[in-house]
Amino acid sequence: MNENLQAAVDAIQAEFGASLQTFRGEHTLILAREQIAAAAQALRDRFQFEMLVDVTAVDYWPQEEPRFHVIYQFNSVSHHGLLRVRVPLSAAEPKVPTLEGVYPGANWYEREVWDMFGIQFEGHSDLRRIIMPYDWVGHPLRKDYPLGYEEVQFTFNFDDISLRKPHPKE
Amino acid sequence: MGIEQKAGNMGVVTARLEDVINWSRTNSMWPMLFGLACCAIEMMAAQAANYDMSRFGMELMRASPRQSDLMIVAGRVSRKMAPVLRQLYDQMPSPKWVIAMGDCASCGGVFNNYAVVQGVDEIVPVDVYVAGCPPRPEGLIHGVMTLHEKIKQEKLKTWA
Amino acid sequence: MTEIREVSVDELRHLVSDRARSGETMLLNMGPQHPSTHGVLRLLLELDGETVVSCIPDIGFLHTGVEKNMESKNYQQAEVMTDRLDYLNPIGNNLVYSLAVEKLLDLDVPERAQVIRVILAELTRINSHLVWVGTSALDLGAMSLFLYAMRERELILDIFEMCAGQRMMTTYVRPGGLWRDVPVEFEAAVRDFLALMPARLDEYERLLNNNPLFLERTSQIGIISKEDCLRYAATGPVLRAAGMAYDLRKARPYSGYETYDFDIPTETAGDVRARYLVRMAEMRQSLRIIQQGMDRLPYGPVRSNNRKYVPPPRSEIGVSMEALIHHFKLWTEGFSAPQGSVYATIESPRGELGVFLESDGGPKPYRVHFRTPTFPNLQIMPLLSRGHFVADVVAIIGSIDIVLGDADR
Repeated sequence: MNENLQAAVDAIQAEFGASLQTFRGEHTLILAREQIAAAAQALRDRFQFEMLVDVTAVDYWPQEEPRFHVIYQFNSVSHHGLLRVRVPLSAAEPKVPTLEGVYPGANWYEREVWDMFGIQFEGHSDLRRIIMPYDWVGHPLRKDYPLGYEEVQFTFNFDDISLRKPHPKE
Repeated sequence: MGIEQKAGNMGVVTARLEDVINWSRTNSMWPMLFGLACCAIEMMAAQAANYDMSRFGMELMRASPRQSDLMIVAGRVSRKMAPVLRQLYDQMPSPKWVIAMGDCASCGGVFNNYAVVQGVDEIVPVDVYVAGCPPRPEGLIHGVMTLHEKIKQEKLKTWA
Repeated sequence: MTEIREVSVDELRHLVSDRARSGETMLLNMGPQHPSTHGVLRLLLELDGETVVSCIPDIGFLHTGVEKNMESKNYQQAEVMTDRLDYLNPIGNNLVYSLAVEKLLDLDVPERAQVIRVILAELTRINSHLVWVGTSALDLGAMSLFLYAMRERELILDIFEMCAGQRMMTTYVRPGGLWRDVPVEFEAAVRDFLALMPARLDEYERLLNNNPLFLERTSQIGIISKEDCLRYAATGPVLRAAGMAYDLRKARPYSGYETYDFDIPTETAGDVRARYLVRMAEMRQSLRIIQQGMDRLPYGPVRSNNRKYVPPPRSEIGVSMEALIHHFKLWTEGFSAPQGSVYATIESPRGELGVFLESDGGPKPYRVHFRTPTFPNLQIMPLLSRGHFVADVVAIIGSIDIVLGDADR
């Protein structure tokens, strides 16, 4: 851990009550969702984390509390530091404040997380589906969403499946 | 070239109408410039200098569906793309043919999930399937040649 | 005729100017089937005459569900999907996935495998840049360059085919090393390529660098500043063309890149031409790296010796009972990874390519997420194209080198 990253981790832990996990040399801060906007502001302005590299989520269904973790990767270009922040969310209220005001690049990432997990970003300027069609139902990367596997045709079941398959007209 | 002897002084060649029409259709086939994913790169390679599809008279890619009569579905078709693909097919003038290039377009390939259409034959009727992930450029050329063979066997009464 | 459910202008009113609703400006749809969008990108352009007022990119037409599908495969099976994400950089995708799995398992990779990985990753970078230079020059009307670039690309694909038996989707780099050692012809083929390529690059540059038409179409078009790149997390040649020497091969070295001697080419203009110059210079640097890799290529195994995670070599299976058991266990149920999450990155031809991998202790990854470079790079499209002509939008799309498989996953 270099000096800047150490200072950032210490400050976020002290000021925002985050807890630190270290695995394989990577540092993860676990933060309450009320704190994320202020913490991101502090990371950018005071510790030179200029880039929000990635926003994604993990679904721990059927666990309800917390069901989701929203994961942010912050990158400090000038100090070569990489910091991950996890924000746990409950199944009843999957909402988190947007980081669009701090990092404009969060816009599309948050739209993707909304599209794929159904996590709402409060204050987001353009929370539409980005990847799935506009009229799609459900959020595909949730664990309770089926994979949508289709049966494969072999010689023994070729005709059965052929009856069910759509056959287009000219 | 020999045709002079056959035509003689009259300037007339006798042939079946089927053969003449099928011959002209195969040799002026214009594919649509329509790439979806990985296979589109191999389709580009098939047109480039090393493989040179134009040796067989099938190089004239048209960007507009209105001017083309062969659709090469090169790559996986997602659920979002499927209506667009069908609309493009509907806009092509008849007679029209479809080649499903690659495993994803033929049967879904390795992606058996919610997002990918399991074979483009669920949306548009397919004439020739080309296997491979992605197929080599030779594979695509062979696919188009196979389609030519198929067209040459079409009968007058089935045109209707 | 099929109906396509569309988003209405009312829903987009915060993205277009007020003049669009009164009909003063025109909304023009570009794509998803368009010859110069490099795939199935759709752009909604608001035009005032020929000038772009606002640009709304619409992606997802190549969404493949890779992340969800990988959750239902074990670690070895899931790798096959990674090739097909960024289909111009298949070895890079294998590499970043392997690096993530190796980090999760705390697995070491032999020296020979590391060097071959670097050589192949750099060949893939040249391959990707060749397709880029060919197609984007074709968009600007330089047909011959496309033919030249595809000709050289075949040489690289021959090397891949020699190693893995496949031209594009090789799945050659595996967790713990490589699938198998390179064949004996490999060295001669790479050395031939190294001898040939610099002259060919000179040829491309003679065609384009001082071509007045090319200069006219690329200079002062699609300018972005270094600060905007950082705010939007745009990486790769886009960031380097804006004047920031940031390359993950130097910033967070992997596979032994810290021991190679190479430069990070940068430009300061931040326009289409600067991005072109950066990529051309990058190809020369890649050649330098490959040369150094070939000179140091050591002998030895190409797979880790940890039999719990990496299958034994074919020759051992016939003579050793343990090897047979390990092989059977690995290819039937796979290995169980320790619980935890890791994030591995490489510098792909387009920028920072990362994998976030979370394991719950089982043989299948619990969550895989790809942080792909095209996704944030596409997000700056509205910034780049504002105030330019429609014809320049084509040049700008070409210059950020989009691969839609990479953006939509």
